Amino acid sequence: MSLNSVVIVGAGHGGVQVAISLRQAGFAGRIALINDEPGLPYQRPPLSKAYLLGKINETAMIFRPATFYAEQRIDHVHDRASAIDRQNRRVLLESGATLDYDHLVLATGAHNRPLNVPGSGLAGVYGIKTKADADALAPLLKRSKHVVVIGAGFIGLEFAAVAAAEGAAVEVLELGDRPMARAISPQMSQLFREAHEGWGVKFNFRTGVAALEGEGGQVATVTTSDGRHLPADLVVFGIGVIPNVQLALEAGLDIDNGIRVSPGLLTSDPHISALGDAAAFPCVHNGEKLTRLESVQNAVDQGKQVAARLTGKPAPYAALPWFWTDQGSLKLQIAGLSIGSDNYVTVGDVAARQMSVLCFRGEELIAVESCNRPGDHIFGRKILARPPALTPAVAAAAGFDLKAWEAANRP
Amino acid sequence: MPTITFIEHNGTAHQVKADVGQSAMQAATFAGVPGIAADCGGACACATCHAYVDDAWVGRFPPAEETERDMLENAIDRLENSRLSCQLVIGADMDGLTLRLPESQF
Repeated sequence: MSLNSVVIVGAGHGGVQVAISLRQAGFAGRIALINDEPGLPYQRPPLSKAYLLGKINETAMIFRPATFYAEQRIDHVHDRASAIDRQNRRVLLESGATLDYDHLVLATGAHNRPLNVPGSGLAGVYGIKTKADADALAPLLKRSKHVVVIGAGFIGLEFAAVAAAEGAAVEVLELGDRPMARAISPQMSQLFREAHEGWGVKFNFRTGVAALEGEGGQVATVTTSDGRHLPADLVVFGIGVIPNVQLALEAGLDIDNGIRVSPGLLTSDPHISALGDAAAFPCVHNGEKLTRLESVQNAVDQGKQVAARLTGKPAPYAALPWFWTDQGSLKLQIAGLSIGSDNYVTVGDVAARQMSVLCFRGEELIAVESCNRPGDHIFGRKILARPPALTPAVAAAAGFDLKAWEAANRP
Repeated sequence: MPTITFIEHNGTAHQVKADVGQSAMQAATFAGVPGIAADCGGACACATCHAYVDDAWVGRFPPAEETERDMLENAIDRLENSRLSCQLVIGADMDGLTLRLPESQF
C-alpha cells in the first residue's frame, strides 16, 4: 500500500519529531499534526523550571516557528481527536471535521494524576503539565510565602527548587521515604535531599495529604495525613501521570498500562503506531518487559523510529533510555534504567555534589546516574550501549575513572 | 538579523537568519538545518548540537562553561573549536558567522 497521508495525534516531543523526521527522510505526502493546545507546539521541560523563573520566554520553548510548518507542508491542526474510524482509516475531530489517513500515529502523551482530596478544587492548587498551567502559576508564585509541594518526584522537586529560589518557605509531602525513589538510587536521593534542605526546602516523608482548606475559595492550609496543618498560599502537586489511552481504548486497540505496541512501535492495528508517554513497548533495556517511559528522549527517539519505518527503514526500537532533571544548581542525568538494581558504586566528590552512581544488577551495569558530572553521563551512555563488561569490583577500585575505562575498553 | 552559515559535513551550506539573543542551535533547527539534533531542546543535557566554530569567530563567544566542556569531552570528532551550539548566543555583530557540523551527533 502506498503511503500518502500520515495523521499524527499529539504535538508534543514525539508527535512533532515524527513530522520533522518524515520530511527529513523525503516523505512527500500529506502530514497532519493534531494539536489540542493553543499556539505552536512547544517543549515541556522548561515549564517547571526555566520558564517559571522567567529565564526563558515562550519563543525559546517552541520546537519550530510557524514558517517551518508552512515550508515543510506540515498541517498544524488546532483541534482534538475524538474518535478513530479504523474501518475507513479516518480520524474524527471535535470540530466535526475528519482526517483520512494511510497511517495514524498516536502521540497522545499523558495527563497529570489528579489530586483527589477534599479541597483540591480550591484556587491556588496546580499541577504542571501545560504552558497554561505555568502561566497561571507564575504570578502566584511571585507573591506566595508558603508553598506546599505534594510529591517528591522530578516535577515536584524541580518546582520546589524554583519556589525556594523565589524566597518561599517550601514544604514537600512525600508518601515514600526518599526523594525520587521511583527513579534513582538511595545514594543519589540522599544527595538531592541534602541539597534541597540546604536551599531551605523541608521534607515530610511517609506523609500524604488529607485535605486542603481554604479561605474565600483560595487554598490556605494543607492538612497532612498525620494531622498537621501547614500554611499554604500555593499548592503544587506532581504525583505521577496517566497515559492518554482513551482514544485508542475506544477504538478497540490493545491497552496494557498504555497503548500496547510491538518492538517496532505498531499497535494491534498495522495502520496505527503509538509512541512516547502513551505507549507501552517491549523494552530491551528492561528484560523485554512491556515498559512505558515518560521522557523527552523516549518520545523523540521513538518518533524518529516510527518515521524511519514509515519511510522504508523498519527496525525494532532499542535506544538506550536517558533522562535529565535540573533542580537549583544541580543537573541530574540518568543513562539506562535502574529498575532492579541492587548494587551501587559511587564515584566523584559527594561533598561538592559532583557525583555519579553506577547502578548494577548483580554484576551487570544497568544505569549511570550523574549529578553535575555530565562527562560521566556521556561515557555512561556509551558504555551502556555495549555488551556488559564493567563490573562492580572494577568500578569500586581506588582511582576508578569512567572516562579512562571507556577509552581502554572500546570494542 | 545576523545571517549565519551552517555547513553540513557533506559540504551543503545553509544560510540562516538568526534573531539576536537566539542560540545558534535554535537558529539552525528553526530553519530546518539537518545535522543538528538538539534532542534536549537546549538544556545542555544531550550533546547532540555539536558544531565547529570557524577560526575567525572562536574568540567572539564566551568560553564554554564546565558542563559544556564535560559534555564535549566525549563528543564524536571533537576538535579545538568544538562547541555545543545551544550554548552559543547570537549577538547583533555576528553577521557572517560560520559553523560547520560534524559527520554525526553523539
